[in-house]
Amino acid sequence: MIQFLLNRELRSERALDPNTTVLQYLREYRGKTGTKEGCASGDCGACTVVVGELVGDRLRYRTLNSCLTFISALHGKQLISVEDLKDQGRLHSVQQAMVDCHGSQCGFCTPGFVMSLFALQKNAGAVNEYDPHQAHEALAGNLCRCTGYRPILEAAEQACGDRQPDQFDAREAETIAQLKAIAPREMAELSDGEKRCLSPLTVAELAEVYAANPDARLLAGGTDLALEVTQFHRELPVMIHVGQITEMKQVQIADRHIEIGAVAPLTDCYAALAAEYPDFGELLQRFASLQIRNQGTLGGNIGNASPIGDSPPLLIALGAEVILRKGASSRTLPLEDYFIDYKVTARQPGEFIEKVRVPRATPDRLFRAYKVSKRLDDDISAVCAAFDLQITDGVVADARVAFGGMAAIPKRAAACEATLNGAPWNQQTVEAACGALAEDFTPLTDFRASREYRLLVAQNLLRKCFLEQHAPKTETRVTAYV
Amino acid sequence: MSNHVTTRTQEEIAALFTEDLVTGVGKSVKHDSAPKHVSGEAVYVDDRLEFPNQLHIYARMSDRAHARIVRIDTAPCYEVPGVAIAITAQDIPGQLDIGAVLPGDPLLADGKVEFIGQPVIAVAADSLETARKAAMAAIIEYEDLEPVIDVVDALHKKHFVLDSHAHKRGDSAGALATAPRRLQGSLHIGGQEHFYLETQVSSVMPTEDGGMIVYTSTQNPTEVQKLVAEVLGVPMNKIVIDMRRMGGGFGGKETQAAGPACLCAVIAHLTGRPTKMRLPRMEDMTMTGKRHPFYVEYDVGFDDDGLLHGIEIDLAGNCGYSPDLSGSIVDRAMFHSDNAYYLGDATINGHRCKTNLASNTAYRGFGGPQGMVAIEEIMDAVARELGKDPLEVRKRNYYGKTERNVTHYYQTVEHNMLEEMTAELEASSDYATRREAIRAFNAASPILKKGLALTPVKFGISFTASFLNQAGALVHVYTDGSIHLNHGGTEMGQGLNTKVAQVVAEVFQVDIERIQITATNTDKVPNTSPTAASSGTDLNGKAAQNAAQTIKQRLVEFAARKWQIFEEDVEFKNGQVRLRDHYISFEELIQQAYFGQVSLSSTGFYRTPKIYYDRSQARGRPFYYFAYGAACSEVIVDTLTGEYRMLRSDILHDVGASLNPAIDIGQVEGGFVQGLGWLTMEELVWNDKGKLMTNGPASYKIPAVADMPLDLRVKLVENRKNPEDTVFHSKAVGEPPFMLGISVWCAIKDAVASLADYRAQPQIDAPATPERVLWGVEQMRRLKQAAVSLPEPAVETAH
Repeated sequence: MIQFLLNRELRSERALDPNTTVLQYLREYRGKTGTKEGCASGDCGACTVVVGELVGDRLRYRTLNSCLTFISALHGKQLISVEDLKDQGRLHSVQQAMVDCHGSQCGFCTPGFVMSLFALQKNAGAVNEYDPHQAHEALAGNLCRCTGYRPILEAAEQACGDRQPDQFDAREAETIAQLKAIAPREMAELSDGEKRCLSPLTVAELAEVYAANPDARLLAGGTDLALEVTQFHRELPVMIHVGQITEMKQVQIADRHIEIGAVAPLTDCYAALAAEYPDFGELLQRFASLQIRNQGTLGGNIGNASPIGDSPPLLIALGAEVILRKGASSRTLPLEDYFIDYKVTARQPGEFIEKVRVPRATPDRLFRAYKVSKRLDDDISAVCAAFDLQITDGVVADARVAFGGMAAIPKRAAACEATLNGAPWNQQTVEAACGALAEDFTPLTDFRASREYRLLVAQNLLRKCFLEQHAPKTETRVTAYV
Repeated sequence: MSNHVTTRTQEEIAALFTEDLVTGVGKSVKHDSAPKHVSGEAVYVDDRLEFPNQLHIYARMSDRAHARIVRIDTAPCYEVPGVAIAITAQDIPGQLDIGAVLPGDPLLADGKVEFIGQPVIAVAADSLETARKAAMAAIIEYEDLEPVIDVVDALHKKHFVLDSHAHKRGDSAGALATAPRRLQGSLHIGGQEHFYLETQVSSVMPTEDGGMIVYTSTQNPTEVQKLVAEVLGVPMNKIVIDMRRMGGGFGGKETQAAGPACLCAVIAHLTGRPTKMRLPRMEDMTMTGKRHPFYVEYDVGFDDDGLLHGIEIDLAGNCGYSPDLSGSIVDRAMFHSDNAYYLGDATINGHRCKTNLASNTAYRGFGGPQGMVAIEEIMDAVARELGKDPLEVRKRNYYGKTERNVTHYYQTVEHNMLEEMTAELEASSDYATRREAIRAFNAASPILKKGLALTPVKFGISFTASFLNQAGALVHVYTDGSIHLNHGGTEMGQGLNTKVAQVVAEVFQVDIERIQITATNTDKVPNTSPTAASSGTDLNGKAAQNAAQTIKQRLVEFAARKWQIFEEDVEFKNGQVRLRDHYISFEELIQQAYFGQVSLSSTGFYRTPKIYYDRSQARGRPFYYFAYGAACSEVIVDTLTGEYRMLRSDILHDVGASLNPAIDIGQVEGGFVQGLGWLTMEELVWNDKGKLMTNGPASYKIPAVADMPLDLRVKLVENRKNPEDTVFHSKAVGEPPFMLGISVWCAIKDAVASLADYRAQPQIDAPATPERVLWGVEQMRRLKQAAVSLPEPAVETAH
């Protein structure tokens, strides 16, 4: 059984196919059709809902794509959909702002925008403070085909600039009490007889159930796994939902490492990584959308072994390690050894990623990362590049260079590194290293980019890295224009 | 009859009478559905309450671009529990073809398939997932035939869906031969997926009369009504189409909505059960047509000032496998291959290439944008050739007011506003200063380069199939003074219902709150034209105005009779009526008129005057008037990756006397961003088998919030009524602003051209994806290097 609040109403679901998404649940089971399906792949945001959860003693509201969220993820949480915002016949201030600013035309994307604005308003720093950067971030995962976005941004400004206490504020204590009452205390199971989803609460429990069900699919944020159901029409007979395991959600900063629990949502990884590596932070802000980052995890981005995952090239260049757990035993593996071939990893049956360990920055190392895609926000990289260079007295003492989108796996550029290592850090060396990249990679042509473009961009990104370090006053990034 | 009519004193009514109506025409009234949009209460077809026995339909699509169907066996479909029926072309009771203008679009493939995505069988089951699973279980065997995927290949083979057509004025060959300078070039222009947020959807209920009630997301209710009747083999009067709202249309629901509606109707007919068909996004993108990609070849002759002497343009539209609307779409591309410019002696050839792709269809601009991109590319090329600022060349070639003012299809360009608008925009956008600043920035910035472009839009308003320029409306005034309004247009987000209600509010001088618009319905207003060609308000607003005026005239005559005054003494204002020196409220008048046995209901009708066109001569006045616009865009380009960012766009757009400035600005901004998306990041990619690889929003990228210009300044031209007698002298606004996006594409090319000192035109096809931009950069770098090693100026005239 899983339990959650459908806004204020306590729902206990016992017999429900765990392959059911929150979107289907709302529309088909609860008749709440305000939430729309635009793509069922987490790319348009029309289905955006807000989930409230307890963090310590406080409520935290975050957006997610209901089309990619399996129902088990709601266990112990509060689901708020667009119908819940109107109170006693009056529009919520974010809804009123959208009306006032002419923010809806066809209206189909609107409920999703309203929910993103609602979460934005809830998470805005001080009362009546509008941060355009935060608004852009909140809305980057919502597509509107009609307005061109200007009126929606204006609505964001109005909604954040004139924040009034709402019914959710008024009921905060009540909601907290309700959520405390349903806080998971033991491993939950949702099944419809044939299909099951288990939600262990501890690493030990997970290790146990996974060992017993090595064919189960691990469900973390589900932003990739759910596509198998919604896009590829497969059925997932057994899932183990790891999102309830608090100890796997921690982000800890030690002296020499940042240790990130595999289930920590990317949103929660941002602060630690961005503080250490500004380019990592910049990349994370362009990593999918806020809805996805609120759900998706670093462990999942590694675990699904996509050749175009955005975090692995950066983590590989930084020399990150994964801690793999199986039963009671665990092992540590450099991330670069985790990826073996297209969608093939070193992970054994019943083994799971428990943590990711990222070395902290040191003053003698230069870290740069670049993502190149057709669209700036919420797009998959054609090329993703990461350079971690130790330059001592003008000589490259140690180079770690990794790319995504250039091979079947995220991969280090061995020949490029070899050319750089021990050579003076100058244009000549960089040009030689660019040449070596052609030995390292034979990229593919697909709808994102041609092989020729990928290779040239990979080389140009190394040139850019050099230029940024060598002539720091030169403008090199269009993303600096905001 | 209400017993609660507010009683006001004569003084109070007289005071109200002196005030202006706050929700009439010209006011920024909010979209009538906005409060419902934001609360999730607005009902779309997929949100309708379902019947327990409703069937869900899934169409199995061809996975071959061109093949003969050897065998179809639907028996395995029935092995899936929950399946009601699986049908093939043979099961259609009436006519199989649902081609909009000409045949060529079978509802289900009949003996052969002609594109990947073509519906072959349809299966109905108790859920969409079951229907899909069952449809995939069917056995379909094909024998492959040779497909044609590439438009240039089709052009060379003269593989056309319709005959080619030409617009000719003067002796273009002679003008080219004698022009001081001459350039030739070619360009590919990409298509565009509509990406309406709501995919195609229909839901159908059988009626006791053997007919159907069809709830469907369509821009063209009458067409769906006709096609549903035809596939069932029943008269049109058995079929009712109900269309409350679309979650976006953009042309994609002009003809493409009919397929799902017809499949629903056929299966409802065969099973006696209500049906629904909603296309999942991938199926929608694979099955339905898009904006036509075009391939363009040109040959232009001009002088040292950049003035065109003659031109020949070949526009080859990639129509996909069937004619659909391609005849008119390629015509409109031809009509707009002049954009704002007098071409001199011109030959414009339009070709309708047949390829084994989904049948390309209407999309905002309807071919016009492709024609305009072609001529704007030519303007840039001419300017680079001469080392001039492209804006100078553009202005040099603008249509004149009294001479050089006749198009290549012999329509005189009247009331041309572009010269003044360009001057105003040049000043307000600070064009000259920024041009200098950008040159300085580029000289100092080795990696990032800025570009600037100011481009005009002149867009012809009217359906070029002249008979479509008609509309109907129906207005009822009830005895309590509330008003019910219907018209033949459809609401897809553009605010049509709001504008038409404003028109009726203005005529009756009542508040818009008093007016209820309900779903567009074929049993209220029959024989409607599609809501397309930007014509929704022009046509339906006029028809509704006509209906309202008919009723108003009856009221005036009644009042004159009843109160023994002249008709001129009866005046409506702000919900009140003056009867010479006496005042009553609007609802009081309505009550009295009802008791006086006056008909309070009327239809209205409108047809556009003045237009005519003889296609056999390619001469006439196809457009009632032109809408104008201009945009000045600045971008910044990364010359190491080809990425770019839109920095600033200034827009000045002409909507005549705006009926609703807020809604019009919404159309201008939304159209502009959609246009810039088309020309930048929105790339359709098919593989060599004809399979669309960009079949979802993960792979096909429409603009997101960060893609709007960081600084966007939009202004409507003020105090310029439409000189033609349009509805309250407004102008159409749906399509024209789309082409303002061309300024962004030109600005990107301008940034890249800076790498070779603005002396060469980079070959950057549309869309200008980062990859294409980077290849343009590489091309410029090679030219620059060649220039450095040459003693003479780098770019010679390429005769």
